[in-house]
Amino acid sequence: MKFSEQWLRELVQPEIGTQALADQLSLAGLEVDDVEAVAGKFSGVVVAEILTAEPHPNADKLQVCTVSDGEAEYQVVCGAPNARAGLKTAYARVGAELPGDFRIKRAKLRQVESFGMLCAEDELGLSDDHGGIMELPDTAPVGKDLREYLDLNDHLIDVDLTPNRGDCLSITGMAREVGVLNRVPVKDVEVPAVAPVIDDRFSIELQAPQDCPRYIGRVIRNIRQGVSTPLWMQEKLRRSGVRSIDPVVDVTNYVLLELGQPMHAFDLGKLEGGIRVRQAVEGEALRLLDGQEVKLTAETLVIADGNGAVAMAGIMGGEPTSVTDTTVDIFLESAFFEPLSIVGRARHYGLHTDSSHRFERGVDWQQQRRAIERATALLLDIVGGEPGPVIEAVSEADLPAVPQVRLRHDRVTSLLAIELPAAEIEGILTRLGMQLDVTGEREWTVKVPSYRFDITLEVDLIEEIARVYGYDNLPVRTPIAQLPLPPIEEARVNIKTLRRHLISRGYQEAITYSFIEPGLSELFDPVHKPLALANPISAEMAVMRTTLWPGLVKAVAYNQNRQQSRVRMFESGQRFLQLADGLLQEDVIAGVVTGQRDPEGWTGSKDKIDFFDAKGDVESLLKLGGNAGAFTFVAGQHPALHPGQTARIERDGQVVGYLGALHPQLLSKLELNGPVYLFEVSLAAVTGGKLPRFAPLSRFPESRRDLSLLVDQKISFDAIREVVLESAGEYLTQVTLFDLYQGQGIEQGRKSLALGLTWQHPSRTLNDEEINSAVSEVVSALTTHCGASLRE
Amino acid sequence: MENLENLLRQGKQAVANTDSVKALDDVRVQYLGKKGELTQLLKGLGQLSAEERPAAGARINEAKEALQQELNTRREQLEADALSSKLASEKVDVTLPGRGQQLGGLHPVTRTLERIEEFFSSIGFSIAEGPEVEDDYHNFEALNIPAHHPARAMHDTFYFDAHTLLRTHTSPVQVRTMETKQPPIRIICPGRVYRCDYDQTHSPMFHQVEGLLVDKNISFADLKGTLEEFLREFFEEDVKVRFRPSYFPFTEPSIEVDIDRGDGRWLEVLGCGMVHPKVFEYSGIDPEEYTGFAFGMGVERLAMLRYGVNDLRLFFENDLRFLGQFR
Repeated sequence: MKFSEQWLRELVQPEIGTQALADQLSLAGLEVDDVEAVAGKFSGVVVAEILTAEPHPNADKLQVCTVSDGEAEYQVVCGAPNARAGLKTAYARVGAELPGDFRIKRAKLRQVESFGMLCAEDELGLSDDHGGIMELPDTAPVGKDLREYLDLNDHLIDVDLTPNRGDCLSITGMAREVGVLNRVPVKDVEVPAVAPVIDDRFSIELQAPQDCPRYIGRVIRNIRQGVSTPLWMQEKLRRSGVRSIDPVVDVTNYVLLELGQPMHAFDLGKLEGGIRVRQAVEGEALRLLDGQEVKLTAETLVIADGNGAVAMAGIMGGEPTSVTDTTVDIFLESAFFEPLSIVGRARHYGLHTDSSHRFERGVDWQQQRRAIERATALLLDIVGGEPGPVIEAVSEADLPAVPQVRLRHDRVTSLLAIELPAAEIEGILTRLGMQLDVTGEREWTVKVPSYRFDITLEVDLIEEIARVYGYDNLPVRTPIAQLPLPPIEEARVNIKTLRRHLISRGYQEAITYSFIEPGLSELFDPVHKPLALANPISAEMAVMRTTLWPGLVKAVAYNQNRQQSRVRMFESGQRFLQLADGLLQEDVIAGVVTGQRDPEGWTGSKDKIDFFDAKGDVESLLKLGGNAGAFTFVAGQHPALHPGQTARIERDGQVVGYLGALHPQLLSKLELNGPVYLFEVSLAAVTGGKLPRFAPLSRFPESRRDLSLLVDQKISFDAIREVVLESAGEYLTQVTLFDLYQGQGIEQGRKSLALGLTWQHPSRTLNDEEINSAVSEVVSALTTHCGASLRE
Repeated sequence: MENLENLLRQGKQAVANTDSVKALDDVRVQYLGKKGELTQLLKGLGQLSAEERPAAGARINEAKEALQQELNTRREQLEADALSSKLASEKVDVTLPGRGQQLGGLHPVTRTLERIEEFFSSIGFSIAEGPEVEDDYHNFEALNIPAHHPARAMHDTFYFDAHTLLRTHTSPVQVRTMETKQPPIRIICPGRVYRCDYDQTHSPMFHQVEGLLVDKNISFADLKGTLEEFLREFFEEDVKVRFRPSYFPFTEPSIEVDIDRGDGRWLEVLGCGMVHPKVFEYSGIDPEEYTGFAFGMGVERLAMLRYGVNDLRLFFENDLRFLGQFR
């Protein structure tokens, strides 16, 4: 809420300056966003009248005016189209200082002398309006200092109110709070009842009393047309960010700002029958004041007349029954609508009004009569008219109850860790408008005022006490570390370890968005239908990722476009899979590598990375848990990966991830330089490790034999290894592949492998015969099962 | 026997003239080898009389030893020379860059997260995590934010359908913890959160760490102490801390915390408060018996303040030139 400091000070006079006031409000929970001067810094500007305005002899767009400041006449050249004889405007005399340290001097504009300047609002820092020079009312006193005349030594204080403090959405509410904080009295807006001069009534029927327990109306006949709102009211509205429209609307807005009671004025001549406050009929049409035609839903509370809905209750009036410049008779509305019957409705229609903002948060349910009297008095002053009696329809049973809240002194003490004297507690709450009755030892029952919708519990009262006492004045207790021994699963690999491990292998951690472009999702993972947002922020962030790869690959593209050809990145986070039994939010760790194997340097090779570089990284990650044996890499297929360079990663036979080269088609679609290698593994599979288990060391020598084999290219290393493990006997301890060759010298379609086999017996030395027989077992098994031949 | 003197002199000269271990060896063989010139003199002893023999033998042996001494000294010197010239030839340019993988780095958000986690772990908080796709109940209802509550407008929420959404804070993890565990509870909940807002100071995805402490006799003073300490530790500075009343439906009293790092400007860094009794009731904890405090902070915001990053969007562009600055 934005308000004028001067207006506030009309009601309450704390002895502190503007900035101190702003700080005080912030520290009381009414956060001040901004304090700005109503006008820029200027002096020497007065009200003046234009006596004559003649075209400039040498310029089409300029006029030469004669201006009077009441003492003398001056010639002023002016470029504003609205400069005309008879206009009262702002005149900066020679010597005046305007905002931005701009000093007005005598000048010659196209050979015509000019003594001073006529000012537009923006030139005085009043607004951004540069539509023309200021148009002051005819009654403006010529010669008067403009700052004084417009009361410009004022500040606008913009408070960002939290939703619980609807009671502060008015000048009186704000003044009440300032009074409490400074312990100074607050002046009440005096609202004497206006005696009716006619007896015209208009019937009011509460058909939904739970939603609208009180509706007050008043007929005012024969108001004057063509009257303008007085300057003081226009200025107060303007400084609160409300545009002046016409006197009737301005008065209702003024009362809203002053008392916090939203009001509405109907053109009585356009209402039929009487007022009914009811739920809308589903589909009922209403043209609103903003010109929008809406179809109402049955949950919407409306004000209706005999013909149908005429206003959306507490939100916005209807256009057909609104007050216009020809309106003669009006019907004023001042009602209380239950917050729950308004909340969410405005948003449903894409609306947010000053009225709905207040009703949603709660409007004092005891001030409707006061507000209508206030509005009537103001209207009579401005547009005259004959008021009828105040008509009130009320359902007492449906009005909110006055909350009575038990407050225990001990509870205050324990929650705030300070023993405040009872008098302090009573003083704070009383100043806030509460009534306290002592109802026990160290216990009160507190009656909450009708404007505080946010206080229903004891803890709400404690907050009020703390807030007014000052959070910074409350004690501080150094935290005491409680050290229950947290269970630490030794076999589980900490994510921090995984991150550090990849970092030491040259990977940079990335964080990419969890929502991606649907097209990209389809490219990388056509199998899973991604979970789509109902209200995405953009098409590029519309569906939840089913894999981290699209984000990582986009990051590669981003960096390749910035001359970074060597990219190694990883990310950990959730992926979202819609499975038959529901949504799976799975933590995974994924990586992407591309560019040279080694960082560019004087020793490294210029080779690009290949599948086995990436696999080495993944293997090392899997080994961190000490359970590398549980994992296998199986030739597999993945829509995003190269069909010949894809490994399915399995843990104990379960698929836990994929590794492979990005499919060349995707590579070109995404305009990337390849090859790009990707991996993604379930985090649980990687972090779930195994405790080490000691095996006795053998004291006897080991024996090694190397085998050089020729096999068909299609035979996988894993198949060969399997056969070796099966056939080499129980004392085989290790199989190493130490060479692999295909090409010249080797028959086409075959490859040469060199295996190192190591045996060791736990309790004796194996003799040559035993080793030789094991070797021949291995060779014969390899020949049988893999078609291998020993290479001579 | 004058021959002996000469021979020794010649031998010493020959030793001195050598320039390699090999040449030195040749000299050794020439004089002291089996057929060496000095050795030959010993063989000539037989021609001497028995009386003369011992003295002459002793003299020859003396000469042999003297020459051997020379040989040893020269050998040591030659070996030292050889070593130092070998070492000289092996000299490398130590200013050349080392071989191997460059070091990667943590994302600044993770770096900050880990720092926050470390502080709270050290005072007995454990880490709790939960789903990012949440239901309306855990994200709002159970936190005392019923449907249509104006506070919902403060959270621009991403929805999937009427009841499923992307969590707007990590508070649902607190709810899920309280549902399954009775106090004492000390947890922090780090993670990604989402709000439908995108400009220079808002990202549709960002990270939060929320914390919850529930026990008997937990007061406002504990909350102030814990968070003040945290902020000073986090910034490693004696920052000024200010507690300002605010409003969150799930805490009462509610507080926003501002810091001043010495330039007189107050910057909001976190929100917190005493757990609202209704939140306890939703989760089956007796608010008369237990009290607690909760807090939440934006990780990117803290990272920006800590490292001087001036644009929130940099965090998710994954530009290596940016990320590389946080090694």
